[in-house]
Amino acid sequence: MKTVCLYFEIHQNIHLKRYRFFDIGTDHYYYDDYENARSISETAERSYVPALEALIEMADANPGYFKCAFSLSGCAIEQLENHAPQVIELLQKLNNKGCVEFLAEPYSHGFSSLKNVETFRDEVTRLCAKVKALFGQEPKIFRNSALIYSDEIGELVASMGFKGMLAEGAKHVLGWKSPHFVYHCNRDPRLKLLLRDYTLSEDISFRFNDSSWSEYPLFADTYANWISNLPEQDQVVNIFMELCALGIFQPLSSNILEFMKALPSQFKERGITFSTPSEICSKMKSAGELTVSYPTSWVDEERDLSPWLGNVMQREAIDKLYSIADRVRICRDRRLMQDFDYLQASNNLRFMSTKPNSYGGYRGIYDSPYDAFTNYMNILGDFITRVNDRYPLDIDNEELNSLLTTIKNQGDELELKNKEISKLQNMLAKLEKKTAPAAEKPKTAAKKADSKKATTKKATAKEATEK
Amino acid sequence: MFGWEFPPHILGGLGTASYGITKGLAAQPDVEITFCLPKPWGDEDKSFMNIIGLSETPIVWRDVNHDYLTQRLGTKMDPQLYYSLRDHIYADFNYRMTDDLGCIEFSGRYPENLQDEINNYSIVAGVIARQQQFDIIHAHDWLTYPAGIHAKNVSGKPLVIHVHATDFDRSRGQVNPTVYRIEKDGMDHADCIMCVSELTRQTVINHYHQDPAKCITMHNAVYPLSQDILDMVAERRKQHSSNREKVVTFLGRITMQKGPEYFVEAAALVLQRTRNIRFCMAGSGDMMNDMINMAAARGIADRFHFPGFMRGKQVYEAFADSDVYVMPSVSEPFGISPLEAMQCGVPSIISKQSGCAEILDKCIKTDYWDIYAMADAMYSLCTNDSLHQYLKEEGKNEVDQITWEKVGQKIYNVYSQLIHK
Repeated sequence: MKTVCLYFEIHQNIHLKRYRFFDIGTDHYYYDDYENARSISETAERSYVPALEALIEMADANPGYFKCAFSLSGCAIEQLENHAPQVIELLQKLNNKGCVEFLAEPYSHGFSSLKNVETFRDEVTRLCAKVKALFGQEPKIFRNSALIYSDEIGELVASMGFKGMLAEGAKHVLGWKSPHFVYHCNRDPRLKLLLRDYTLSEDISFRFNDSSWSEYPLFADTYANWISNLPEQDQVVNIFMELCALGIFQPLSSNILEFMKALPSQFKERGITFSTPSEICSKMKSAGELTVSYPTSWVDEERDLSPWLGNVMQREAIDKLYSIADRVRICRDRRLMQDFDYLQASNNLRFMSTKPNSYGGYRGIYDSPYDAFTNYMNILGDFITRVNDRYPLDIDNEELNSLLTTIKNQGDELELKNKEISKLQNMLAKLEKKTAPAAEKPKTAAKKADSKKATTKKATAKEATEK
Repeated sequence: MFGWEFPPHILGGLGTASYGITKGLAAQPDVEITFCLPKPWGDEDKSFMNIIGLSETPIVWRDVNHDYLTQRLGTKMDPQLYYSLRDHIYADFNYRMTDDLGCIEFSGRYPENLQDEINNYSIVAGVIARQQQFDIIHAHDWLTYPAGIHAKNVSGKPLVIHVHATDFDRSRGQVNPTVYRIEKDGMDHADCIMCVSELTRQTVINHYHQDPAKCITMHNAVYPLSQDILDMVAERRKQHSSNREKVVTFLGRITMQKGPEYFVEAAALVLQRTRNIRFCMAGSGDMMNDMINMAAARGIADRFHFPGFMRGKQVYEAFADSDVYVMPSVSEPFGISPLEAMQCGVPSIISKQSGCAEILDKCIKTDYWDIYAMADAMYSLCTNDSLHQYLKEEGKNEVDQITWEKVGQKIYNVYSQLIHK
């Protein structure tokens, strides 16, 4: 009995604008609004909307049988809310059919899991809240940006209470093992790992429309046969891809959606089921622990961090960025936190990659990796100055944190007192109203007035001492 | 092979390129090269080829005895070759100015009467073409095209011409009709046109109306630096303190073609924000005074230096002291100096309009007119150590892969195709 776990990533980065070094200190807006609006609406139109409609159709045709999982990055949610709300609506529609599971991921689609634990926890919590608000689900399974996984990250994720995590079934990690089993993190057995079968995933996401591929054209029955012909004991086939694989990487003209729509019935014939990640994590037992000492990802042939952290420029950029992570988190400034989210997105670093052909040569507005680096560092230069200008640099983070906490607590307390005062004042007003008609009965009125006076006095005295 | 310059007596980039090409070709299996020069000095490197000096080739029959000849020719030519050449004089040139050996004087430079010198070159080449045995004629730059055509007519062998520059590059569009005629004539007669970059190739196709099929791009290369220059560079670098001011350098003729004004403008932009960068414009040329005025007018003269013309080792000293090299050329057929800078480990910013941009990846490319991008790149290289370090190391690795041997191999393949056509 085999089960297939389908998962789609939705992520769009916020494009940075051309930012020269003369702008440092004068211009604090870093984004290319036109490009953001254009790229998200194009992606939505060419990929997200048709793909989601196809998935809804699949869910309608196979109620209770077809299932899939999604994760959205915070940047993508914001962009979709602003420019393509119909995508969110489609996701909600799909969600209402009860066949979707939403997973957690870092809000920014960045690398805080490698660099800053506190920022990471904060980001994930924020995303979970956002998912809860939009779709009413509390994510139980985690997936990291670009499917980055290592033992340390696994431990961290487990400590946050997640039951499972998605990771890449990279050959250099698995060796002779098969990705078609559930494994667990070697530092915390509570965290189950679902490993992507990159061959079967990329058959769809990369090769589907490649006429030089030996299996071209691929049909749903062939694909279903590949899965059903896997060894008897293989249990899970994890097919993870970006949602824009359907429509952008593989154009709609390649009939990729017809292929997808044909999958459920083909799978059904061969006794293959669909499952969501949390179903797999709760039903299946782990086949053993998995050791991943160096982080793996789902990108390029190496399946490591080299597309983002392969050269010295990328490493300098990320080190500079996360050097102020604590400060940004402590200062609680909304604008700064928002900019920090956008700057963390992995795409910014990927533009600086000097690996040949990484990203299919796509670099956005940049000519070269050096251009991308220069632009990013200019922006980062301005951002860091803004963060540092916020509070004097000679106060260290801990001190600043405690000061800010004190201020915040006092603020909270004051608010509480204010509420109390207004409540009492309301009571007073009510009592006065009552006493007015009761003026004929001075005895009781005097009594009441007395007790009232006492309470107001108390309140004002209290207020005075607080102040 | 017909050339105009050859090391060690060179006036521009042509000599260096001619040397590299012959040396690279000589490394191929069955290649023998005879290089014709207007005026050899006798101290050229003859280890891998023969040099025939046109100033020693007779065009008028003179009866000279062997001893006198040996004394007159010295190391420049073998007397036996002289006699053999003398047997191939093909017309009566007594009306020409000749010396006691029956030879024409050549300056070997670019004199006022360049036209006459080109003409003489072609006449003398006719003698050589009749005497020598060869399979291919290879002519470097327009000065030698007439000679190449002559040799082709005499021998019927295929003619390859090598376009190191066209008059469109030199004049920014104000083409000299005489030069254009000679260039066009040479290209029309050629069986194969080798251009030093795709940029030049497009000029040849579009402005000289040549068949794209016979135009081939043959990028230049560089010779690895000698150990003592590398040592010198390393030594000078060591003396720099770690927090010294950064130096951004422009090196070349200060003339319209090289776009010096864009360098000054970009420097002014950089200096608006930061003061601890110095700019150095090495070289001389007709726009030098304008540039000095411009720097003064922008108020950056205190940070902007004009050390003047640099020769030989001074160039490498300048590279050793630089942190960034900039070549904002408006139109550059190839441009070998960024390659030299990268050999010394200096990150380069080059204009997209230069030929070497086609083969270099580990450098920053901007449009020559985009002073904002150029200023941004300078600033970034001066402030972000990782970018500087990356381009320094990777740039050097990249340039080390660009060798004349590979160019020689490619030329050899083209030759083989031409011969077997």
